[in-house]
Amino acid sequence: MSSNELMIEVKDLTKSYGPIRALDGVSFEVRRGEVLGFLGPNGAGKTTTMKILTCFIAPTEGQVIVGGMDIYKNPLEIRRNVGYLPENAPLYPDMLVTEYLDFVGVIRGMSRADRKAAADRVIEQCGLDEVVYQEIRTLSKGYRQRAGLAQAMFHNPQILILDEPTSGLDPNQIAEIRGLIKGIGKEHTVILSTHHLAEVQATAGRVVIINKGKRVADGTPRELERQRGGALYEVVLRRPADGTDEIPAVFERIDGVDAVEKVEGADDELVFAVTGHADKDVRSDIFGAVVDKGWVLLGLVRRQVDLEEIFRSLTVAETGKGVE
Amino acid sequence: MGAMLAIWRREFRSYFNSPVAYFVITVFLALVGIMFFVPFFAQDRVSMRSFFSLVPFLFVFFAPAVTMRLIAEERRSGTLELLITMPVRDVDVILGKYAAALSLLVVALFLTLPYAITISFFGPLDWGPVWGGYLGLFFMGGAFIAIGLMTSSWTENQIVAFIVALFISMLFLMVDRFIVFLPNSLAPWVEYLSFTSHFSNAARGMMDSRDVIFYLSFVLLCLFLAFRSLESRRWR
Repeated sequence: MSSNELMIEVKDLTKSYGPIRALDGVSFEVRRGEVLGFLGPNGAGKTTTMKILTCFIAPTEGQVIVGGMDIYKNPLEIRRNVGYLPENAPLYPDMLVTEYLDFVGVIRGMSRADRKAAADRVIEQCGLDEVVYQEIRTLSKGYRQRAGLAQAMFHNPQILILDEPTSGLDPNQIAEIRGLIKGIGKEHTVILSTHHLAEVQATAGRVVIINKGKRVADGTPRELERQRGGALYEVVLRRPADGTDEIPAVFERIDGVDAVEKVEGADDELVFAVTGHADKDVRSDIFGAVVDKGWVLLGLVRRQVDLEEIFRSLTVAETGKGVE
Repeated sequence: MGAMLAIWRREFRSYFNSPVAYFVITVFLALVGIMFFVPFFAQDRVSMRSFFSLVPFLFVFFAPAVTMRLIAEERRSGTLELLITMPVRDVDVILGKYAAALSLLVVALFLTLPYAITISFFGPLDWGPVWGGYLGLFFMGGAFIAIGLMTSSWTENQIVAFIVALFISMLFLMVDRFIVFLPNSLAPWVEYLSFTSHFSNAARGMMDSRDVIFYLSFVLLCLFLAFRSLESRRWR
């Protein structure tokens, strides 16, 4: 087994609920040892995709291979290889944590000795030792989520599918769960869904963004920033005595600048927002142009467009412009 | 098989981890006790006959009460999703849950044995019809449980599951009483479908294989329909 072996292959996945298209031709791949962040606003189709990957529901169309097996032909085999944490960690409230973990082990056909070893392992990994003999109904949200993770990791699966593992947690708990996922991601293939960007930046090596059932972006956070982000410059000039109309045109002529927009400044200041390529720094060109024209430069700042802005531009726009 | 046993055990223990089992069994025993013993002392025969005509009517309430939760609650809370995305077949889920509810019914029936023992002190009790009656109750109860499991698989609302199961159970228990209103050509069919008609042999101490076949096929049909509704999520 090579280290970049394909673990999950999704091709043209479509799922309709009656007239509603929850997923519309989504394709992506996940390789061994990768942590994939599945990103999208609420209702984008993240949960539906995960339910299909875990063979809970069937897609309307499309091909899905998980761990080398087809979801139509080997659903039971796939479930053996996959650990799944559904949204909100639905666990049996009347069971003790230890009872529940053992139940999961029996369902997964593990021997008594294996179950004992696995329980010790996940209890340690997920930090559950304080609550093992507590009824699940009495657990705090954070501990419930951890118990859910422990359940998903119990049989040491090759693939972990986690649906919003940190939703509803407080910031400390979020940090803990993220750390946990990052650790797991070193040995396992992980897909996690979220609508928090910070989550992806903290844990995931690669991001797939979906919106309204369609994939709108796929790549590492860096790649996305390079491809779609670009650089933003804020240029502040003292308002020249003569006309101001030619200023945008001057900046637009600079190689590496995509667009110039005038932003209103204070009385004697003019502010321009300049967008440019991410891999090029045109600050010195802007400075040169300003000097050439005899204008006075009051400020010049460059910053990279971050993932959050990319996410918003991809998912807020009606059609997701510039997609694919 | 291991998965089915694990689900059976989990469900059965969960009855006793919550007040459900204690409450339902207590009410069942109390009602049977009152309704059986009060008229018992007014008659001069030592017989369980009235017991066996009474219990089916209590089963109509008892069975839906213990089955309504089985699938509906798991559907509502989302645990069903986690359960069936483990390597377990839908059949194991259905059979495990069915076995758990049936076990609870057997426990309840077992706890009524002291009633039979008590009345045997008052005079000679013919045990043949008693055992036959219990066997008949077991089969009829199994059919009611299957109805309840089926309706529980149709909804995520326990109350709906309860009421629909209650209605279907009532129908099959009492349908023979409506025969007079039906055309003659339908009568034998309705008679055949009635649970009461399949119980009369057992209550006389002879369990007929035709009755066993009727109950078994009825249970299988209900479980199959429950299985289909679990499975329907996978239809395209």
